[in-house]
Amino acid sequence: MHRVLGDRRAIAILLGPALLVYSLIMLVPIVWSLGYSFTKGNTIDGFTGNGVANFSRLFDDPAVHDALWFTLKYAAIVTVGQVIAGYLLALLYVFFLKKSSALIRTLAFFPVVLPTVAVGLLFQKFFQVAPQTGPVNSLLNAVGIESIDFFGSAGSAFWVLIVMDIWRSMGFYAVLLFAGLVDIPDEVLESARLDGASGLRLIRHIVLPLSLPVLMSSLIFSINGTLKVFDSVVALTNGGPGNGTTPLTLYMFQTSFTYSDYGYGSTIALLLTVVCLLVSLVVYRVSQRDLTEG
Amino acid sequence: MAVDIPVKTSANRWSRGPSGNAGPSRRPRAPRRLWVKIVVTLLLVVEIYPLIWMFLTSLKSNDDYLNNSTWSLPTTWEWGNYSEAWTTGHLGLYVQNSLLAVLPALALMLLLGTAAGFALQIMVWKGRSLTLLVFLAGMMVPPQMILLPLFTVYFQAGLSGTLWPLVLTYTGTGLPLTVFMMATYYRTVPRELFEAATIDGAGILRAFWTISVPLVRNALLTVGLVQFFFIWNDLLIALTFTNNQDLRTIQVGLLNFTGDFGATQYGPLFAAICINVFGTLLIYLFLNQKVMKGLTAGAVKG
Repeated sequence: MHRVLGDRRAIAILLGPALLVYSLIMLVPIVWSLGYSFTKGNTIDGFTGNGVANFSRLFDDPAVHDALWFTLKYAAIVTVGQVIAGYLLALLYVFFLKKSSALIRTLAFFPVVLPTVAVGLLFQKFFQVAPQTGPVNSLLNAVGIESIDFFGSAGSAFWVLIVMDIWRSMGFYAVLLFAGLVDIPDEVLESARLDGASGLRLIRHIVLPLSLPVLMSSLIFSINGTLKVFDSVVALTNGGPGNGTTPLTLYMFQTSFTYSDYGYGSTIALLLTVVCLLVSLVVYRVSQRDLTEG
Repeated sequence: MAVDIPVKTSANRWSRGPSGNAGPSRRPRAPRRLWVKIVVTLLLVVEIYPLIWMFLTSLKSNDDYLNNSTWSLPTTWEWGNYSEAWTTGHLGLYVQNSLLAVLPALALMLLLGTAAGFALQIMVWKGRSLTLLVFLAGMMVPPQMILLPLFTVYFQAGLSGTLWPLVLTYTGTGLPLTVFMMATYYRTVPRELFEAATIDGAGILRAFWTISVPLVRNALLTVGLVQFFFIWNDLLIALTFTNNQDLRTIQVGLLNFTGDFGATQYGPLFAAICINVFGTLLIYLFLNQKVMKGLTAGAVKG
C-alpha cells in the first residue's frame, strides 16, 4: 500500500514547485548574499572582490556596535515585556473573567492585526510635543508635569518604541498563553485548591510550572520576531534621533540602499542572521533543559 | 467613551460592538472583585482610546488640530478628509497596488504550500523530515539576508518597474510558515483515507485535490488570513522593491504620506491611517475566531 503514498512522480509534482520557488527566493539568495559580503559595489556600478575587508570593518564600526546593542536590548526588553504582559492577561482571562473573557480577548487582540506603519504614525502623534501637544503630554500637563520631548533623545524614544510594541503584541501572547492555560486540567487545579493552595501560591506552584512549555514557545517566538524589528522603528523614529534607535535591520537597509554599499550591507545581514541563529539556539537549549526538569 | 464599555455583557460579540448600548438584562458571572473591574477598565482604555483619538483627529480641520486641546471633539466634522486622503493622497492607488501584489502571492503561496505540506506529511518517503527542516530554517533567517541578491536579479531581469518582485518575494518568504502549518494540519488527517481513495480508483494527485483540500479548508482559511495580515502589513520588502511612486503599496504610501502634504495636513493623514486601520479591523472582526484559533494551533501545538 505504501507504493501509493510513496509515488515518486506524485511527490515531485506536489513538492517540486514549492521547493523550487523556496530555493530560488530564499536558499540561493542566502548563499549569494554570503558571496556579496566579500565584495564591494552594487548592481549598477558592478562588484569587485575585496577579501575580508567588510568583516574587519564590521568589527571596528561603532555604528554596528550601537545597532547590535540596540537590537539585543530591544529584543530582551520587548520579549520579557510582551510575554509577561501576555501571561498576566491570560491569567486574567482564565481565572478572573472566565466565560466573559471573549470580548476582552477580542479587543486586546485588535492591535496585533493593525498595520505597524499606521500604529507607528499614530504613536508618533500620540507622544508628540510639537506642533501640537499629544494626548500623553496633555495628560502629563494635567497632573502638573511639563511636556517631555519623547523623540528628542534616543533614551526616551527607545521607551516609546518599547511601549508601542508591547501594546501591539501583548494581545497575541495573551491568546497564545491562554490556549496553554486552558489545557491545564481542572482536576489538577481543584486538588491543589483542596490542598489549600490559592491565589498567588496556586499560580506560582501549580499554574506556572504547568504552563512552562507554552511560555517557552512564546519566548522563542518573541525573540525570533523582535531581533528582526524593522517596521515599527521605521514608522516611529526612522532610527533617530541621530542613529540612536537604529537596529541592525535598519542599519543594513540604510547601508545597502541609501549608501548603495551592497557588500557591507550583506555583511551586516550575515551578522544579523548569525545573531538570530545563536540566540534561537541558546533559548532552545535552555528551554529543553528546563522542560526535562519540570 | 471607552470607559463606558459594558465589560460584563454576554459573549455575544457580533451584535454588540464597543459602542453599542448593551442593556443590563444579561449579566452572566460578573467578575466579583473590584480590582478586576479596575484592571479591565484600564485595559480597555489603553486598547481603545488611541483608536478613538485617531478617528476623532481624522475628522478635524488643520486649525482645529493645531490650536485646540487633543482631548476635544472636532469643532467641525471634516468628512472631506477621507476623500482627500483617497484621491489627493493617492490612497486609492496604494490600495490597488497592495491588492495586486498581495492576492496573487497569497493564492500562489497557499497552492504551493498545501501541496508541499501534503507531500511532506501524508506521503511516505525518505528525507521528508529533512526537507521539512529545510523549510523551517527559512523562518529563522532574517529577510534582510535575501534582499540584495533578489534586488540584483529583479533589476537584471527587468522586473524592477513592476509589482512582480513583490509577488515573487512574498510567495517565497511566506512558504516556510505555510508549509509548516499545512503539514501540521495534515497530521490530523489519517493516511488510510488516501489509501482507501486510491483503492477506489483515484490517483494520489486526484485524492490530494478532491479529498484532502476540502478536508483542510478551515486550515487554508486560517493560514490564508494570517499570511494576509503579514503581507498586507509588510514594509521591508515593499520598501525595497518599489522605488517608483506609482508602485507604492499602502504601507509605503502611508509612510511617505506626510511628504505629499507637507507637514501640515493632519486631517487627511489621520484619515489615511484610519482607512488602513479600520479596513484591517473589519476583516479581523469578521474572522477573528479563525485568526486566533489558527495562530494558537499553528504556533503552540506544532
